[in-house]
Amino acid sequence: MRKAFPILGILTAIFLSYALYLALEVAPREQTMGDVQRIFYYHVPSAWTAFLLFFINFIASIQYLVRRSRSSDKVANWTLITVAVVTCIASVVIAMVPDLKKALPQGTYPSSIATTGIIIAGMYFLIRKYFSVEAVDALAVTTAEVGVVFCTVVLVTGPLWARPVWGIWWTWDVRLTSTLVLWLIYVSYLILRRFSSSGQTPVMAAALAVFGALDVPLVYFSIWIFRTQHPQPVVGGGGSIDPRMLHVLLMNWLAFLCFAFLVCWSRYRLERIKREVEETQALEALLEPRSVPR
Amino acid sequence: MNFLYAAYGATWAIHIVYLITVYLRYSRLKQDVDELRKSSR
Amino acid sequence: MSAPTGVMLETLTKDIRLEWRSKDAINSMLFFALLVVVVFSFSFDPNAEESRQIAGGLIWVAFLFASVVALNQTWARELRNQVLDAYRVSPAPANALFLAKAVGNFIFVVILEALMVPLFVVFYKLRVLGPAWQLIPVAALGTWAIVVNGTFFAAMSVRTRSREIMLPLLLFPITIPALISTVEATTVILVGDPATSAKFWIVLLATYDVMFTLACLALFETVLHAE
Repeated sequence: MRKAFPILGILTAIFLSYALYLALEVAPREQTMGDVQRIFYYHVPSAWTAFLLFFINFIASIQYLVRRSRSSDKVANWTLITVAVVTCIASVVIAMVPDLKKALPQGTYPSSIATTGIIIAGMYFLIRKYFSVEAVDALAVTTAEVGVVFCTVVLVTGPLWARPVWGIWWTWDVRLTSTLVLWLIYVSYLILRRFSSSGQTPVMAAALAVFGALDVPLVYFSIWIFRTQHPQPVVGGGGSIDPRMLHVLLMNWLAFLCFAFLVCWSRYRLERIKREVEETQALEALLEPRSVPR
Repeated sequence: MNFLYAAYGATWAIHIVYLITVYLRYSRLKQDVDELRKSSR
Repeated sequence: MSAPTGVMLETLTKDIRLEWRSKDAINSMLFFALLVVVVFSFSFDPNAEESRQIAGGLIWVAFLFASVVALNQTWARELRNQVLDAYRVSPAPANALFLAKAVGNFIFVVILEALMVPLFVVFYKLRVLGPAWQLIPVAALGTWAIVVNGTFFAAMSVRTRSREIMLPLLLFPITIPALISTVEATTVILVGDPATSAKFWIVLLATYDVMFTLACLALFETVLHAE
């Protein structure tokens, strides 16, 4: 696997360059905003990638807390299975009852509920299968760090897009503000990791991650209501998107996902090596004969 | 437009800075590994 | 009375008694609260109409800062006498300890707020135009939101380096929805526009409080024993 890394790196670089070309040349010019709108092809994929990474961090944090005892592990497994089953049933029910179907937000299909549930459960069990309890903590750190990097990109490209289009650098719009809060929560997570001594760090950080994950939907919801009471410029509204633009967007997202994967892989390996080194150093200190006075 | 290039440039600048920090931590770690190997001999 | 409640009440009364005898925390916080109000009054000098719009935010920011000072003290005393280790070893349920601390902090901060509010009213020439009684659930729920998370994060930060700064660093991002709700609700009540109502914000605050109180109770044992 390790030999694959340079090849994958080159392939990803090529893919990213191609995606950049798509974004700059191939994508059609937007009518009202002009070329500045092309920031969209970097801004949105970065946001989706950051959210995905933070979600993986959430799973990893829960697993770290839960897998240390057999009973909580079992409870968690069965909860996930229940979630998957319930979402499937809910999808079928909603699809068959027209009133419920109308209650769904515009443009979503009932099947997406099932898909979401299955994907969440699937991710949980995949991570559980391939990562041991210690490894899962390394995964948590990795995804938090790389997630913060991508989130920073979102928060920088956002104002750079807003300024020429609306004339202001920042607005307390739902998405920008909830992304900022998400960034703040995960930066505080990373600071906690750095500032606490190694014994209890993973547990406390995992607890913080769970809090953060609970917080995010609340943040989104409260800011959404906040905003609807104080009308502000709407960020790229709902409605359909030009299929050519959609294509470029997805290609860029895919390219960034590959890039994020490689970055996470490197960071993860770094973390595993670092832990091994620390353990070895601790062992050496214990076994050192020099420290014993003669 | 200048903002467009600034945005793309900033994106890659952020990613590159992060990758550099990862690389620096990695090389420091390699030093530690070499030291450990030496002392265990 | 069941054992957990008994433990909780005993810890609570112990804390209150200790504080009443030494009065060091209360005095420093009182003075700090006064300073905050005065400094804010220098920085913003609005007329009565404007002050109703911004007072909600100002007051709650001031309460937040004063709470952080109180919360930092929460575990400091325990740490000094290695009481935490004793708790860890004892069969007393960790939740009882947590609730005792949280309720104690809540009482503390409420006393602080009760003392700061008249000062704010005077400095900002405040008059409540909306249903003033609603301010009580808003204040209670908002304070509990800050205190419950603050007590939890104070326990976490007590074992980190730079623990005084760690607490606000961890607390502020997490409490943003509660802060938004509290400030919005307070402003709505102060301004008293009949078209607006604070009810939605109060419900959101209550939801936040329930969710995070449960989360703190569920995770406190883990955090206490993580050493």
